[in-house]
Amino acid sequence: MLRFTTAGSVDDGKSTLIGRLLHDSRAVYEDHLASLQRDSRSAGREEIDFAFLTDGLKAEREQGITIDVAYRHFSTPKRRFIIADTPGHEQYTRNMVTGASTANLAVILIDVTNGVTTQSRRHAFIASLLGIPHIVVAINKMDLVDWSREAFESIRTEYAEFCAKLPVTDLEFIPISALKGDNVVERSANMLWYNGPTLLAHLETVHIASDQNLIDLRFPVQYVLRPHGSFRGYSGTVASGIVRVGEEVVVLPSGWRTRVTRIINGLEDVEYAFPPQSVTICVEGDLDIGRGDMLAHPANVPWVTRDVEAMLVWMHEDPMRLDRQYVVKHTTSIVRGRFTELLYRIDPDTLHRVGTHYSASGREDGNEVKTLGLNEIGRVSMHLFRPILCDEYSRSRHTGSFIVIDPITNFTVGAGLIIDRAHTYARTISDIENRQLTCHPGHVTLRDREMALGQRPVTVWLTGLSASGKSTIAYALENKLVEEGRACYVLDGDNIRQGLNRDLGFSQADRSENIRRVAEVARLMNEAGLIVITSFISPFRADRANARNIIGEDRFIEVFVDTPIEICEQRDPKGLYVKARAGEIPDFTGISSPYEPPESPELRLESGRLSVDECVNLIVKLLRGKRILD
Amino acid sequence: MEKLHLSNLETLEAESIHIIREVAAEFESPVMLYSVGKDSSVMVRLAQKAFYPGKIPFPLLHVDTGMKFPEMYEFRDRFCREIGADLRVYRHEEAIAQGVNPWELGTVKCCAILKTQALLNALEEGGYDAAFGGARRDEEKSRAKERVYSLRDVHGQWDPKNQRPELWNLYNGRIRKGESIRVFPLSNWTELDVWLYIYKELIPVVPMYFAAERPMVVRDGRLIPVYEGTRLEPGEKPEIVMCRFRTLGCHPCTGAVRSSAKTVPEIIEEMMTVRHSERITRLIDHDQDSSMEQKKREGYF
Repeated sequence: MLRFTTAGSVDDGKSTLIGRLLHDSRAVYEDHLASLQRDSRSAGREEIDFAFLTDGLKAEREQGITIDVAYRHFSTPKRRFIIADTPGHEQYTRNMVTGASTANLAVILIDVTNGVTTQSRRHAFIASLLGIPHIVVAINKMDLVDWSREAFESIRTEYAEFCAKLPVTDLEFIPISALKGDNVVERSANMLWYNGPTLLAHLETVHIASDQNLIDLRFPVQYVLRPHGSFRGYSGTVASGIVRVGEEVVVLPSGWRTRVTRIINGLEDVEYAFPPQSVTICVEGDLDIGRGDMLAHPANVPWVTRDVEAMLVWMHEDPMRLDRQYVVKHTTSIVRGRFTELLYRIDPDTLHRVGTHYSASGREDGNEVKTLGLNEIGRVSMHLFRPILCDEYSRSRHTGSFIVIDPITNFTVGAGLIIDRAHTYARTISDIENRQLTCHPGHVTLRDREMALGQRPVTVWLTGLSASGKSTIAYALENKLVEEGRACYVLDGDNIRQGLNRDLGFSQADRSENIRRVAEVARLMNEAGLIVITSFISPFRADRANARNIIGEDRFIEVFVDTPIEICEQRDPKGLYVKARAGEIPDFTGISSPYEPPESPELRLESGRLSVDECVNLIVKLLRGKRILD
Repeated sequence: MEKLHLSNLETLEAESIHIIREVAAEFESPVMLYSVGKDSSVMVRLAQKAFYPGKIPFPLLHVDTGMKFPEMYEFRDRFCREIGADLRVYRHEEAIAQGVNPWELGTVKCCAILKTQALLNALEEGGYDAAFGGARRDEEKSRAKERVYSLRDVHGQWDPKNQRPELWNLYNGRIRKGESIRVFPLSNWTELDVWLYIYKELIPVVPMYFAAERPMVVRDGRLIPVYEGTRLEPGEKPEIVMCRFRTLGCHPCTGAVRSSAKTVPEIIEEMMTVRHSERITRLIDHDQDSSMEQKKREGYF
């Protein structure tokens, strides 16, 4: 099976080429062909326009654009193909990177009448960045230059020179006419001077078996399979290397050594497994191995590190920021982290580095690069809050890549390719032991703490207007839980604002910072095993979303104390509403500053209608329902 | 020499199993849509393999329009019993009681109620945050643009312009409360792959896939099966035709194809020379321009 991606600028004839490949290799069904003819006719085309075959969405057909990556399938007697068809429009670097991430080969189209453009250079750069080992350059529209050998050779020379600067090993040039079909599937009778293979013949025969890394065993644990007491297996996909029954492996990050006792592939036992098989591995001993851990050979382990350097492709309209947290998904683990430094941006058209060294601490020499925008590519340093187990991308695609997720929108905003910083990383398990790179800071795991305390630590986050009853409910809940023998603690304005946060005022920025610090403290307390109850107005959705992100989705329980402002104002125990109405307190929530109610809180308490006991009981019921309290 | 290379089917199998496990690991309450068809049968087998020697750790869900072929119900119940699956069946009872049918409402409305709305009801009722479907990218143009993880909003709707980029095999499973994902483990399979896998793995399928003599009427060049309750148009007379079904749906809207393929190898042979896509037999895909895209936007798979 060959997965390839296609890249070309607008009007280079990429869709026509794909349509031609599919059509001439008889991969287009007659009913699809009929609808293609219909679409072409209704768009006023005289001949069949193959672009309509690949532009799948109505919006695209109507506007004549390709907005997304599409996947096509065809096969010949020799090979099965999956095409990732990505649009060539300049702002769609994102899509090409996506398509290229799973490809073994890239077909880059160049319109012979336009010559090598900045975009053609960009395509080669992205293909090499993503580690695609084979590049085929299809020089198209040869019919328009009267099948001229000179035109073909001149582009070939220019482009090969450019590609020589890139780590591209296999580069092939083919003159074609996608429109007329020359050298796509059928040999051209118009270019007898060309002796090489047709495009399809090349795709069918290019040797890809040796692209596989069979040296470095990396087995990221994806799923712990424990169907019944006696069986425990670790399921996952072999990222690289070969694993065999009987051999010694090391479990990372803990460093425990053990032996493989059994490998299951599907419904069968096998003696060994290799990439990209999805298998289940059993090992000796009763070890605590979980999702995100990795098995490797003791003499050949990945880096265990919190700090990585990577080439980063930014994929979102909101630019990359050095001053905020992101979520990173790397193999099967999810960690939070931030970019600490943007070393430079790379101009894909010239391969020049733009700007150097802008760091979060503000060090800046020069005046250029402070961020990466949509479709920009740069080299970054990143600090992660937990170590990951990684390799350089050029060595192992799966342990060398990660995606960056915006914790608020959950959008995938970036793609990272890890770069070697050999001198700073440990390479073997003895290095790790020697350097005491212990990854569990202590020996007590969260599970141990949970067992000891008999509870699952969560943060019950009360939000609502001033005088809505948050603190009253918080302390009543604390009482009730302590009576039950639970370890819990209330964080509120009194114990936070007077100490930890006494440097903060009530501006919007200070309020955000206040909430962020409260969330961090709550997280620490949760990690220590405590149930935390917080009582803060926390009026802004974005701040609460940030708190949810810091504390963790499964530990954050948002409770909206929904008391109408009239009742709050009547209660007004501290006389704050009176002062706010008189204009003495600026930015007072509900009066001169907005309160954004939660859209979907875990629980809503109408405390104007319910007694304090009733409110507390509803929270306890929720906690029992979620099996946080047994 | 040791084998260190996977065949096409083995590669596809490994990728699908990876996807199924990833969802089981990251989501609280997944469910696997089971439509009784060949793709579902393959998907269920992949799930069995993903968790062997354990059982499939999530339920199967059949959204039943009440208009499936009797052979399908029989097969469904036997198949699920034999593999010990936790099968849940959802029917939009209110609509079925009202007699919703394609003859009076048209196929578009009928599908919207008995399939899409029923599916959304079932997912909401079950509180599922991830739903596996057997759709493949080679089936239809708008499906070629689907991600493996297809994010749906609170109403189950698909927004093709706002899809998350999907790189390597790193799937982004982060969702907000109320949102869900549809997951397509068979994204990269073709119809031929499905049959080759059924052959290799001896996977049971509904007998309707195999050629037999069946009563049919010919309408606009299509073979429409005649069942109890099928409404014939004036002048139509059932005739006995040697045929088989390439896809299985509701009996009023699923056509057959003329075929003499009575075994899996014969079907595979037919597949290698066939010149029409399988969805040509599904009346619902042709009822309006971009009808699949529209249905997906509304919440269909």
